Amino acid sequence: MSKGTKDHAQLSDVFNADEARVNWHDETLWFVRAKRDKAAHNLPEWEMLRETASQIKDNVLSNLHDYLVQFESMAQENGIKVHWASNGEEHNQIVHSILKDSGVDRIVKSKSMLTEECHLNDYLQHNGIEVIDTDLGERIVQLANEPPSHIVLPCIHKKKEEIGDLFHEHLGTPEGMADPVFLTAAAREHLREKFITRKAAITGVNFAVAETGEFVVCTNEGNADMGAHLADVHIACMGIEKLVPERKHLSVFLRLLARSATGQPITTYSSHFKRPRKGQTMHIILVDNGRTTQLGRPDFRNSLKCIRCGACMNTCPVYRRSGGHSYHTAIAGPIGSILAPNLDMKEYADLPFASTLCGSCTNVCPVKINIHEQLYKWRQVIVKEGYADPKKAMAMKAMEFTLSKPAVYKTAGKAGRWVLKHIPFAVNNKLNLWYNHREMPAVPKQSFGEWYKENVKHD
Amino acid sequence: MTVGLFIPCYIDQFYPNAATATLSLLKKLGVDVVYPTKQTCCGQPMANSGFEHLTQGCNNLFIENFAEFDYIVSPSGSCVLHLKDHLHAESSENEAQAIGIRKKIYELTEFLTDVLKVENLTASFPHKVGMHQSCHGQRGLMLAQMTELVAPAYSKPMHLLNMVQGLEIITLNRPDECCGFGGTFCVAEEAVSAKMGKDRVADHVHNGAEYITAADMSCLMHMEGILRRQKSNVKVIHIAEILNAQEF
Repeated sequence: MSKGTKDHAQLSDVFNADEARVNWHDETLWFVRAKRDKAAHNLPEWEMLRETASQIKDNVLSNLHDYLVQFESMAQENGIKVHWASNGEEHNQIVHSILKDSGVDRIVKSKSMLTEECHLNDYLQHNGIEVIDTDLGERIVQLANEPPSHIVLPCIHKKKEEIGDLFHEHLGTPEGMADPVFLTAAAREHLREKFITRKAAITGVNFAVAETGEFVVCTNEGNADMGAHLADVHIACMGIEKLVPERKHLSVFLRLLARSATGQPITTYSSHFKRPRKGQTMHIILVDNGRTTQLGRPDFRNSLKCIRCGACMNTCPVYRRSGGHSYHTAIAGPIGSILAPNLDMKEYADLPFASTLCGSCTNVCPVKINIHEQLYKWRQVIVKEGYADPKKAMAMKAMEFTLSKPAVYKTAGKAGRWVLKHIPFAVNNKLNLWYNHREMPAVPKQSFGEWYKENVKHD
Repeated sequence: MTVGLFIPCYIDQFYPNAATATLSLLKKLGVDVVYPTKQTCCGQPMANSGFEHLTQGCNNLFIENFAEFDYIVSPSGSCVLHLKDHLHAESSENEAQAIGIRKKIYELTEFLTDVLKVENLTASFPHKVGMHQSCHGQRGLMLAQMTELVAPAYSKPMHLLNMVQGLEIITLNRPDECCGFGGTFCVAEEAVSAKMGKDRVADHVHNGAEYITAADMSCLMHMEGILRRQKSNVKVIHIAEILNAQEF
């Protein structure tokens, strides 16, 4: 996905044209945040779990090489074919060649943000392979020809009436039918036929265990299992940061993941895949795609701890009021805004600025990523690398000039207040973006500095 | 004990009442307060926009003005947090002064609760008040517990407000959501910023606030802009003005 000519601010402007819809989007995601709070507050050991998860991931990132090699050898011992991809392109080629070798041109795929990041669907479709996304939300956005707007809730931006219209058009449900139970049943029937007839299935990976060579896929719909169990070929795609050292560590992460994501105690299905069943081939593709670069950036490396729960999106007051598509990248929201500039600093130069730096993301994060501090640091990097708007750079230099010299500051302050008082229309107009929805502050008789000079006795 | 009073630029220019209330409150509590007249700004507007490298002039000025004091107090959590996190001297031999300032600078309400250990005030403000927990104060300076964390609740500003006679604190639906100001965010991301401000104001208004208060004037400036555009009767007031109020 590309932003084309519009950045986050402009895309948010479009999103905010329909205020009632913004309210609905905000309330929907706030409801998920509230469910998360309830689930977290039911565990007195919550903060200890977060700290433990954070430390386990620190260990993984510091010893990533060793754990990857260990995982590879254990997985191979289990009969899984292990592939390595240094970037998205390589990943897509590997998937394609496995499918070609298996003579398969129609596949099912469960949710995998990595394949979104690598634009796998486009690549495969371009090469004549049909991909059916089997996660209900993902299937909905696929039918709408849109990318997911949220990593856990891919179609959270769509109302049930819009889904009814899509299903009417693509699945033949009655016109105007928007009952969620009815629509889900229709999707189930539609997908069941795909599960039964497709010979290859792609799944994502939530956790891979170095100690055992197994991997865990978490879903609520069982669609990963339906796909993988019925297919002759199972391809699992994972980023190299998805490792945990030992199986026992899953007891920490599985407790945090669903609670943070949706407020459930655990996902409905937490399926362990360890070896292919008889007659099946199982592949795992380990993908770097910028992760080792990020690992080499001291200020940003711990963004790789992310377990893709989406809690930072649900809590983000900006995300809730701008929608996932305004981030024009596979992973939206606060975490996406610290991951994306690593992949393409120019394309995503706007994202670290799409935040008030309020810090709610950092406090909600189950693995304690200091997201808002990294947003601040990315801003410094982006400006230094020359991706800031030149007009903004000039304004900042003018501000620096004024604020670093007390005499200039006093004169400018006085002049500014004088203008605001005597020729308010010089400020209260369309060129002043503040004034669109907000009045300017009232002008006081004098500044505090002036008052102090007149009224407080000095020694 | 001599306290250096830091009045951030926009409070100096637009909200002098918050500054005089801070000064008078500290004096009332027996503190020896000095306002260095050559102060300007903490540098945060540039730094948060990605131009931290342009803030050395502001840093130098700040160190020059404030290094000598036992404590530095300011009625703005956001500016205090910025200085605590990012104040550096130009040369390494002066860095000790910068580090010293970072340790002895306090936002007003935490200075009252943690240093002066104020247990009662003579203030009176018989109104329904909504408390806005400004993010940088709350999350950065830990002035109050965050709703995301599973940890005991506390709030230093609320603790002080509870000492004010006649004051009633209203309950909000979202006790610690950001108001959307965010420095240059308020114009760079105008649509989202204004919407966040409108929603925050609505929470206070629907729950019956006559006043919205905070330990940060910048959030209040944002919400005031929206309230005035809506021609609302609800007013904003800096917490120092309430803690210093004698209304009966």
